[in-house]
Amino acid sequence: MSEQQQILLEAHEVAKHFGGVKALHDVSLTIRRGEIYGLIGPNGAGKTTFFNCLTGLYKNESGHFIFDGVKLAADAPHKAAEVGIARTFQNIRLFGNMTAIENVMVGRHLRTHANVVGAITRNRATLAEEAAITRRADELLHYVGIQDRAHDYAKHLSYGDQRRLEIARALATEPKLLALDEPAAGMNGTETEALRLLVEGICRDGVTVLLIEHDVKLVMGLCGRVAVLDYGEKICEDVPSVVQKDARVIEAYLGGSVA
Amino acid sequence: MNDQVRKSVPWQRHWLGVLLIAAVLLAVPFVAALGGQAWVRIANFAILYIFLALGLNIVVGYAGLLDLGYVAFYAVGAYVYALLASPHFGLHLPFWVILPLGAAIACIFGMLLGAPTLKLRGDYLAIVTLGFGEIIRIFLNNLNAPINVTNGAQGITLIDPIRIGGFSFAETSTILGVQVSGPQKYYFFLVALAILVIFVNVRLQDSRIGRAWQAIREDEVAAKACGINTRNIKLLAFAMGASFGGIAGGVFSAMQGFVSPESFSLMESITILAMVVLGGMGHIPGVILGAVLLTALPEALRYGIEPLQDAIFGRSIVDPESLRMLIFGLALVLVMRFRPAGLWPSSQRRRELAESAN
Repeated sequence: MSEQQQILLEAHEVAKHFGGVKALHDVSLTIRRGEIYGLIGPNGAGKTTFFNCLTGLYKNESGHFIFDGVKLAADAPHKAAEVGIARTFQNIRLFGNMTAIENVMVGRHLRTHANVVGAITRNRATLAEEAAITRRADELLHYVGIQDRAHDYAKHLSYGDQRRLEIARALATEPKLLALDEPAAGMNGTETEALRLLVEGICRDGVTVLLIEHDVKLVMGLCGRVAVLDYGEKICEDVPSVVQKDARVIEAYLGGSVA
Repeated sequence: MNDQVRKSVPWQRHWLGVLLIAAVLLAVPFVAALGGQAWVRIANFAILYIFLALGLNIVVGYAGLLDLGYVAFYAVGAYVYALLASPHFGLHLPFWVILPLGAAIACIFGMLLGAPTLKLRGDYLAIVTLGFGEIIRIFLNNLNAPINVTNGAQGITLIDPIRIGGFSFAETSTILGVQVSGPQKYYFFLVALAILVIFVNVRLQDSRIGRAWQAIREDEVAAKACGINTRNIKLLAFAMGASFGGIAGGVFSAMQGFVSPESFSLMESITILAMVVLGGMGHIPGVILGAVLLTALPEALRYGIEPLQDAIFGRSIVDPESLRMLIFGLALVLVMRFRPAGLWPSSQRRRELAESAN
């Protein structure tokens, strides 16, 4: 593979303001196929804003994203999902009054085609598609390890299981890039370890992962490369061992100047 | 999980239930006729409202879009029928052309309403749809000049009844030795339509489209991130709901033989919405119950209260019409107070409300 083909996502000087606040200031970064890429930074550094611009929930004022060789349309979340970017949310956003398996089935919406006529007539193609959707959803619940909760309402799942369900739903859209927004937030040590194994497995199965995380230990153990944001600017991008020693990163996290 | 329980019921029992319902449906117009044809007409309106309420259920119950202007689509359907099958323009097209056409035109109006309101939610959407309903009514009221399209407030009269060949739905005729009156014929026509709309509701509920609607109702941002084109899917809900309203309007026109803008007031939209909410939003049997109760109860009061007052006081003290509204309002308040999920909610919705109360 040439250098060009190895790149899955390129962010070019992406900027986003909220009124006078510069949430993102010309952030550029590249993510290669098959890696786990970490995005860290103190609270309010602009990590989630970056995610929202990438997935089309926000419209960036300038700059653009090139994903898999194609420029992404701004402000169109369903299109981002269509080209292969799936995400989870920092404050879990499941369809609470739908069962776990139904949540994952919604994730299949994008890759299936049944229309109103098919739904009403239940013709052979629709029935076959429904069966395939159910089967795939069931597989994904097994994959993330919550198959026992398939018929429980999403809101009744434990916190850790909800995080897993959100990942399963994201995977149902067949993403090339899975963007996880603080997946380990609020998890205990055991749960975090299980999450680490899950993310590694996802990556092994060919999905590139972009990870926002506060748990530095998790990030350093998982990620191949890490970018650090501070006040909307990228201050560092390298392998974890280098990032950890970077003076500006330490300053951003601890404040003040470090001699 | 509810579905699985239902599926495990043996088929024999299913058929027994179906037969029982069929028998009751068959008997209703003949039993009602014992009290006069007026009661058959009330039964007809109950079924027409079932039809309307289930159409609105798609928009409000499934997709969670609060639509207060639903009557606009009913009006569009009614006027399409009235204009194409009356002496007003001298057109007399058959019903099987006009009803689908009315549905299609109402569907277009549904999208016209849906398109500018896609970014609105909750209260804001309710206000815009409410305005839309009023705009349609005011147009109908005033489109008699410079070109007389709708005949203004006088409305359109002498609308053709539904006819299949030489068989008219407006006259009494003898079928298989049984005398069947006009309203009774419409009754069976309406039951057939209601079965159609129930079928569509059931099938959509558990489908790719139905799940997408529910996802939007639950969390629109997450639905978008899952790749659902929320704009199209919401428009689809509006369009489908509207086309059912259009069909109902057409049948209303044919049945009454007369339409005027007065029939399509805001109160009508609110009544239909109340049927959906009172019965149990998103739950088909609940919505049917709501529609039947809210049609039958006021009528029963109207026919019952005057004789009752005469019997007790020897004369009418309270005007039955105002008392009707009073009791109607009181009933609404009591239901919302004691059964906030509706009279017959789905088991799921009942649990939701129980939880939020704790």
